[in-house]
Amino acid sequence: MAVFLTFFALVTVLGFVASRWKQGDLNQLHEWGLGGRQFGAVISWFLVGGDFYTAYTVIAVPALVYSVGAYGFFALPYTIIVYPIVFAIMPKLWAVCHQKNHITAADFVQGEHGGKWFPAAIALTGIIATMPYIALQLVGMQVVIKGLGVSGELPLIIAFLVLAFYTYSSGLRAPAMIAFVKDIMIYIVVIAAVWIIPEKLGGYGSVFDAADQYFTAKGGVTGILLKPTQFTAFASLALGSALAAFMYPHTLTGILSSKSAKTIKLNAIFLPAYTVLLGLIALLGYMAIAAGVQASPASDVVPNLFNKIFPSWFVGFAAAAIAISALVPAAIMSIGAANLFTRNLWRPLVNPNITDEQESKNAKIVSLFVKLGALMFIIFLPTQFAIDLQLLGGVWILQIFPAVVFSLYTKRLSTMPLFLGWLVGIGVGTTLAFMQNLKPVFTLHFGDLSLPLYIGLIAFACNIVVTGIFTVLLPKK
Amino acid sequence: MSNLNRRSPNPIWLILLLPYIALLWVPFYNFTEVNVLGFPFFYWYQFMWVPLTSLLIYVVYKVIK
Repeated sequence: MAVFLTFFALVTVLGFVASRWKQGDLNQLHEWGLGGRQFGAVISWFLVGGDFYTAYTVIAVPALVYSVGAYGFFALPYTIIVYPIVFAIMPKLWAVCHQKNHITAADFVQGEHGGKWFPAAIALTGIIATMPYIALQLVGMQVVIKGLGVSGELPLIIAFLVLAFYTYSSGLRAPAMIAFVKDIMIYIVVIAAVWIIPEKLGGYGSVFDAADQYFTAKGGVTGILLKPTQFTAFASLALGSALAAFMYPHTLTGILSSKSAKTIKLNAIFLPAYTVLLGLIALLGYMAIAAGVQASPASDVVPNLFNKIFPSWFVGFAAAAIAISALVPAAIMSIGAANLFTRNLWRPLVNPNITDEQESKNAKIVSLFVKLGALMFIIFLPTQFAIDLQLLGGVWILQIFPAVVFSLYTKRLSTMPLFLGWLVGIGVGTTLAFMQNLKPVFTLHFGDLSLPLYIGLIAFACNIVVTGIFTVLLPKK
Repeated sequence: MSNLNRRSPNPIWLILLLPYIALLWVPFYNFTEVNVLGFPFFYWYQFMWVPLTSLLIYVVYKVIK
């Protein structure tokens, strides 16, 4: 516990100190909200990495693998195929946004197609998709703190206050600086875990064997390999998640804060290192099975495993690493959402004559409320709610892909077809999700063929088709 | 970057399709035989595609520079 608190305090101090780093006028939104757009390749690697691989990831992926085996492993192909997308598309987006001073995805859409309602819809999608994600980071934090023996809401509230204060004062520089420390801590924890734990259990071969036996004994519905009925679901989850990944405000913010397009390209080459980490983290689920660890709810699997195998000082260190892994993305997510709200909802719809300073102040306050909202969510609503909402968020955020990405490559798109496509995507996605009780997969039937597919991808396909049809039907003026 | 819009893109970009084909065609790698370091094929194959994909992106990066 002492170890945990020491590291937590260290990181908090860093958060406040960050405002002085690479000095800038934090009363300007692009300074507060994008760190002044000056993060080079190394810092970006830590920031985007710390942002993309979150506490929720460390807790939830092993829990899923522990529960359902190979199916939960889709995170690995997902976080591999995302990088060619980043490499191909993001530098171009960065260049346009840099040139035209766009801070958000909605800014970009507004710049390309004009108007204020469609960009507002884009902004709203981003904000709503992000909120449950922030809530889930707090859940991740709660899980590790519980693993240290402390239950209840107080630790969360303290963590929230700490996070709120340094984000308010330093903006994006805070999580960037902390990401540095946090990523190093996580690498240490994971490398130690995936080296020591299998050694204690008789090697990786034994781990996989144990997991195999465990799933077979449970009835064989799932296992360490995929069943044929799971193939299309697995692949479509990977693809859909990869397409959506950088549409989220927080990942996009990470990209747009880069110093140059080249920085992004270099990151696309080197960020996959984190994916190896993710794969190994996922295997913690099997290691838990092999070690005889019980976890109910499944989300306790990582703390339970660590508590069983490691000395308590290391558990404290690991808990700190994971808790801080919650704060970095939570900070960036709240900043990303705040940027969207201020730039694309407040300014165009409420106060068009807002000054730079007011803009920055507005965003700072919004980011505070966003975090507060997430905290309330976790305290007052069941966790399953946040998980379900995050699933919907993923489906929704994928629907802005045509507006953001296709507009980079063709001048033939305009607001109405894109808007209709977006609307249909959201409608189809939400309807299918509710029909499935908020489970991510829906089965399409073509005659004898049944294809279980990720709902987000189905909705995305409908989105594209509608956008295409109306682009042809409604000529651009 | 602007002159790229006038020419068709360099075919080297096509190599970036490889990870998609390799990883999304699941039946191709869904088996346990051929163990490496105790890892069944399904698992080490996916891990292998991490550095492979990095390499492919690096190649495209160098070629289009």
